[in-house]
Amino acid sequence: MSLTRTGFVRLLAAPLAALAGRLRAALTARRWAMVIDARKCLKDQGCVKCIEACHRAHNVPDFSESGRQVKWIWKEPFERAFPSQESAYTPEALQGKPVLVFCNHCDNPPCVRVCPTQATWKREDGLVMMDWHRCIGCRYCVAACPYGSRSFNWLDPRPHIRRLNPDFPTRTKGVVEKCTFCDERLAKGQMPACVESCPEKALVFGDLEAPGSAVRELIRSRYTIRRKPELGTKPEIFYIV
Amino acid sequence: MRDRGLILTGLLVFLAGITFPIWYDLAGGKTSRAPDLKRSAQEKVCVAPLSYMRTSHMALLVDWRDQVVRRNVRSFRSFDGKTYTMSLTGTCLKCHDSKADFCDRCHNYAGVRTPYCWDCHVDPKLIQGRTP
Amino acid sequence: MFMFEKAVVGGRRYWTWLLVLLGVIGLGLVSYLWQFRTGLGITGLSRDVTWGLYIAQFTFLVGVAASAVMVVLPYYLHDWKAFGKITILGEFLAMSAVSMCMLFVFVDMGQPTRVLNVLLYPTPNSMMFWDFVSLGGYLLLNAVIALVTLSAEKKTVAPPGWIKPVILLSIPWAVSIHTVTAFLYNGLPGRSFWLTAILAPRFLASAFAAGPALLILLCMIIRRLTKFDPGAEPIQKLALIVTYAMIINVFFVAMEFFTVFYSGIPEHIHHFAYLFVGLEGHASLVPWMWTSMLLALVSLPLLIVPKWRKDEKVLAATCAMVFLSLWIDKGIGLIVGGFVPSPLGAVTEYAPTLPEISITLAIWAVGFFLITVFYKITLSVRESLAG
Repeated sequence: MSLTRTGFVRLLAAPLAALAGRLRAALTARRWAMVIDARKCLKDQGCVKCIEACHRAHNVPDFSESGRQVKWIWKEPFERAFPSQESAYTPEALQGKPVLVFCNHCDNPPCVRVCPTQATWKREDGLVMMDWHRCIGCRYCVAACPYGSRSFNWLDPRPHIRRLNPDFPTRTKGVVEKCTFCDERLAKGQMPACVESCPEKALVFGDLEAPGSAVRELIRSRYTIRRKPELGTKPEIFYIV
Repeated sequence: MRDRGLILTGLLVFLAGITFPIWYDLAGGKTSRAPDLKRSAQEKVCVAPLSYMRTSHMALLVDWRDQVVRRNVRSFRSFDGKTYTMSLTGTCLKCHDSKADFCDRCHNYAGVRTPYCWDCHVDPKLIQGRTP
Repeated sequence: MFMFEKAVVGGRRYWTWLLVLLGVIGLGLVSYLWQFRTGLGITGLSRDVTWGLYIAQFTFLVGVAASAVMVVLPYYLHDWKAFGKITILGEFLAMSAVSMCMLFVFVDMGQPTRVLNVLLYPTPNSMMFWDFVSLGGYLLLNAVIALVTLSAEKKTVAPPGWIKPVILLSIPWAVSIHTVTAFLYNGLPGRSFWLTAILAPRFLASAFAAGPALLILLCMIIRRLTKFDPGAEPIQKLALIVTYAMIINVFFVAMEFFTVFYSGIPEHIHHFAYLFVGLEGHASLVPWMWTSMLLALVSLPLLIVPKWRKDEKVLAATCAMVFLSLWIDKGIGLIVGGFVPSPLGAVTEYAPTLPEISITLAIWAVGFFLITVFYKITLSVRESLAG
């Protein structure tokens, strides 16, 4: 007997439902980390897809004209991202070139150490989290971060949000914000917005403590550097330069 | 008592002034009506019994907040066995889709400002008017 | 019990002064209401320089508050009778200064209505938590001490025995408030300007110079305006403390210069370069820093040479120089210098805005208001005792 459309769909129903169930389950890890292949990222130096994806998904306001930018992820020239690597003989491929920077979700985060209300804390799976209900806006964490990853809301951000995403809250004036490794997306089984949006697949996100994971393999097989590791912060963003 | 007239007049003025809020609202016909809530069109039952939500929805919201933000627990099992995702905009406002017709009705009537929740959490109706 | 009735009786000068202060406070309050509504964006702060005038004042005034120990310690531990009449003036100065500190922290907060979260969610690993606790405790300590000793003086009896251990507690507590404040800065791995073990000793040395210098000036003003004369001896002894503290402070600063420039580490040098010669064309703080240096260096011989230290007219000018020099150094220089350049090497300058200055002046006015009222009560009590 020939297979009708309905029959075909019924055939797929069970496996599809199972797949959907799997997809909806949260992504978990013992230690989340990210590897950024700076060479892939440099293929299109003007590309800002990850920045746009992140800032759009999280209602990050646009204060770019002022000295009061709020940014979760952005690009810095190589020498600024890695000041200890600065030399007159930096290879041309890297000299002055833009490198993606954001919160390193350090294993030994000084920002967490100094927060007086635990409005920022380190989750068991490695994310350095933010609680915008508890933050008193003292900006001690901003002073403590050696990477300049944190932004304070000097004014009400809402008028400066280009396109409001209703699926994620905004913040209010007077609190500090930063990249949260898209914890809300991880809970829904999705990769961080920046990782998903990269056309070159330059951002690889995964479990550092899972043997054989993509991040583990990359770190094992390629030489990677981290930002200011000598400070003992144990940053979890690795760069292939 | 020479000043009886003055005193009585003063007392009357005082009484009138101090009861002003009461008779002003009465005259405006505002106190006789309880707030008229527009209940959800979709679901008949909330995540908790009506009596509980009436008295303690703030406690529930604070509990949801701490569970989601601080403990990364996002799934809520309601009293009638259903599972919900704990989210103000995503779950509560999915059914009570008009904050102005639901939340604000009681909050304005009681004069209790909704706490700073809405400074951050998005009321989807807000963006309907905004151009992308 | 609090002898407030002494504060509401006063001459024309007293009330005019209080009224002027209230005016300044009122203006600042209006500015603060604007800041509360709009956000800290009305200040001159930026993404790179996140602490400025408010926290600078806080840092400096914790030092002034701690300096009360410089009159309490010699009197209670070493029986320097000369300080008998002025320990209470030091304690009231401490209370006014601590109140100002707390106000400066409050106005600097992005979400001030949530400030109690620091107590609701105590975080022992955070130095800010301990700063909160220690400042609050110090205020309470000094309030109790001042109240009990002044009440006893009013009744012409010796203060109760139990106050002695409380007073002795205030001595290490005073040192601790300023050490904790230094710890706010010198435990941050990313801020090389502050990451120095000598920061806490520097804080204490500059505090013990600035605080007593202010106390000397206050004593001179009191002598001019009221019948109370602290006498030449306490002032001279205070001047000696200022002298040694200032010498040590300048020495510590010199130590910083040596470490930074001899080691040659760019990350450390850049902050000093920005402050004293400018960096990448940005040099707005350079005149301030050199003024501070000059005032400090000029004040040293004026303090050290006995002829000049003993001349009270010269001493008054010297104390003002010391206070101003340290206010610039510890306030503006230390805080802003720590943020420039940023951890990424960017140079962003900072200048306070008018509302920011207005709020700052208002809090200073609150401090002066408090100290005026406190001193008025004290001196009225003494005057009525003298008959």
